[in-house]
Amino acid sequence: MFDPSSIIVGLEVGTSKVCAVVGDLSLDGALNIVGLGQARSRGVRKGEIADAPMVEEDIRHAIVEAEQMADVEIRSVYLGVTGGHLRGFNNRGVHPVVSADREITEEDVQDVIKNAKTINLPAQNHVIHAIRQHFLVDGQDGITNPVGMLGARVEVDVHVVHGHLNRLQNAIRAVKGLQLEVDDIVFNGLASSLALLTNEQKELGSLVIDIGGGTTEYVVYANGIIKHTGVLAVGGDHVSNDLAYGLKVPLSRAERLKLEHGSALVDDAVKGQTITISNDLGMPIKAINLENLRRIMSLRLEEIFQLICQDLEQAQALDYLRAGAFLCGGGSRIPEIAKLAEQVLQMPVSLGKTNSISGLKSALDQPEFAAAIGLVKFGSFQQRKRASRTSITDGIKSTIGQLFKKTA
Amino acid sequence: MTTHSQTEPIAEIPKKTISIKVFGVGSAGVSLMEPLARTGLAGATFVAVNTSAESLAASSAGDKVAFETKPLLGLGTGADPDQGRALAEEHLDQLKSLCQGAEAVFIITGLGGGAGTGISPVLARVAKEAGALVLGFVVMPFECEGARRQRFAELGLDELRETADGVVCLPNQKILKLIDETTTARDAFKLANELLGDSVRALWRLLTHAGLIEIHFSDVCALIRDRHAESAFAVAEAIGPARSREVTEKLLAHPLLDGGPVLDEAEAVLVSLAGGPDLTMVEVNRVMEQINKRCERARVIMGAAIDDSLTDRLIVTVIATRKDTQAEERAARLAAGDRLGSHLLGLATPHPGSRFVPPPPTLNPEQVERLAAGQGKSRGRKNLSKMRQGQLPLEIVSKGRFDKSEPTIHKGEDLDVPTYIRRGISLN
Repeated sequence: MFDPSSIIVGLEVGTSKVCAVVGDLSLDGALNIVGLGQARSRGVRKGEIADAPMVEEDIRHAIVEAEQMADVEIRSVYLGVTGGHLRGFNNRGVHPVVSADREITEEDVQDVIKNAKTINLPAQNHVIHAIRQHFLVDGQDGITNPVGMLGARVEVDVHVVHGHLNRLQNAIRAVKGLQLEVDDIVFNGLASSLALLTNEQKELGSLVIDIGGGTTEYVVYANGIIKHTGVLAVGGDHVSNDLAYGLKVPLSRAERLKLEHGSALVDDAVKGQTITISNDLGMPIKAINLENLRRIMSLRLEEIFQLICQDLEQAQALDYLRAGAFLCGGGSRIPEIAKLAEQVLQMPVSLGKTNSISGLKSALDQPEFAAAIGLVKFGSFQQRKRASRTSITDGIKSTIGQLFKKTA
Repeated sequence: MTTHSQTEPIAEIPKKTISIKVFGVGSAGVSLMEPLARTGLAGATFVAVNTSAESLAASSAGDKVAFETKPLLGLGTGADPDQGRALAEEHLDQLKSLCQGAEAVFIITGLGGGAGTGISPVLARVAKEAGALVLGFVVMPFECEGARRQRFAELGLDELRETADGVVCLPNQKILKLIDETTTARDAFKLANELLGDSVRALWRLLTHAGLIEIHFSDVCALIRDRHAESAFAVAEAIGPARSREVTEKLLAHPLLDGGPVLDEAEAVLVSLAGGPDLTMVEVNRVMEQINKRCERARVIMGAAIDDSLTDRLIVTVIATRKDTQAEERAARLAAGDRLGSHLLGLATPHPGSRFVPPPPTLNPEQVERLAAGQGKSRGRKNLSKMRQGQLPLEIVSKGRFDKSEPTIHKGEDLDVPTYIRRGISLN
């Protein structure tokens, strides 16, 4: 039905669910979401694979569902990765301009980027992204493209996201085991931010927090570039686990209590209220103090935001966030979470909405799918880049061809 | 500026004779003192104080004092400062006789454990009463050693500051900046030893060597007294004709000074130059000019000393201290809330009359709640100080579904354990 090259699939193997989103990139560059498949994830802990065969099965279910819905055959995917082992930092590359007239050429720019990307990392680490930030020409900051400018020294900052090679390989192998190709691996937090933020928000400075099942990822944009990224291996699972421990109920029950009665804030109205939980036969078995339930949740969520806040403070990224923070992921469904985040982070916080993509309403409105949709968007950027690159080489080929024709 | 007629008489000034006693307290203190004791400092005698005889046996200090611990059969204090303190109080007379006759007492210790944290404040008090000036040189634990150790260390530091004339404090965490991926743990600790040793040696040099420009001991004390957060030291050394320039460059690029910003923020800076008889005033001036430029806000105390063995060399030691608002808050809390709390709970302080302030023995639940709500940083577990055996938690927290997964450790805390338990918030 569709031209296979225009189909882009984002696959997110999360702690609570595996989700595949199918996007169709039309010729004029518009992205349309046409399919969605998801399955409960059973083999992932804290964003990392713990049971590979189980994960493979879950991925298969999600992919098959997405294929049926979009009516396409999926051959390759953009795979989202996360986990506590991922780290982000900024690195700077320097390159002196050697030409006599001090004009910065395309080669200089390529060289400086190459310098910035040479990072001294232990052998078992793999660089997932090296995202270009701004150029500096003789110390002048904020230059997006220095080609043609005059200067003695070009510098460029890149934001590098890296992780353990073996753990990343685990996820890739699970996908390859299903005879699917992996086009690229993408940090989940980056994908979510791509799905949620508009260019204006990136320019103003925004923080995206994706509260997933096992991990919480966050990305800071400032002046249109990625300033800081981070992963906390704490998520919704921890909330359920705390509840199970604190209220002395089984984990599945804790999960249900979280969904039905959870809230990120403890208000005075719940003081002294209890919930009666009953067994399968409808017999009451236990009364649970609602205040305790909320308190346990609130403390855990508050801590997550505090840890993020501390990290941003350390990275000196807090002052750039003029557009505020945006929440997504399953955790953003918790009532009042935006209010709690506002209290901790001291900035406007809202729930993120997937922007600038058309398609399935059911997929676009869910905060859980932000990462998977972002993966599709990432894929579309790559595809466009590839398309433009091939057109340039084609152009060069034809000019050279013409030259030969002329001389001949 | 430096003619022979000027330098010669100065070089001939006899060395000042101050009798210094250097105490290494606790296992960390003893091992920190070891390199100093081995090389020796003129005019100083070394005393090793510890609760386990084993570490004393290896020490080359002149005097060795072992406090025998009955509860743990001579195996130390079990990282419990209360026990260390109790032992020191028991052996008060012995400590007193050791301090007799010393004009300056240096206490070298590692805080966070039982012996160092418990004994050194008592020792400082005794030394003070014996009429000596007391300087503490302490090492704070690495953050990865856990929140509990860190807190004990902070409390111990506050106590020591109360009693001693001055405390120079080196957080081990700073060492991490100096090491790379391949540095072994042993080398890292060695580095900490060296840094502390350098600062002890620098102060010793200041006190005992004839100076071109003298620093009085009281100046040093005034600098590091008050409630200063942490001191940053840096020592740089250079040889040869370009030594003054080289030494400043090395100093300003020193990782422990974070390459400069520490100096910008410093409240007070002590600079000690040591050189051979050939040290010129121009060189002193050049170094000081650079340093003064970096720390305009700070109160700078400088001294220059001459050591015959340092011909052709120049050693510059910088100790920069910064005010710590957190420590002040903590102290205020310590003085007001927590002491009050302990009285309410019927626990009398051991020495109500003295300046010696015990750490808060117990936080009552309402205080715990207040601290947690106000700061979000309190990590106290309930009933913490009732446990005599610190390492054995009374309540074993199961991590539920994360039991078998890799723990998520953040600054020494296991985030898989429910937050309310780590913060000690009780559910009704």
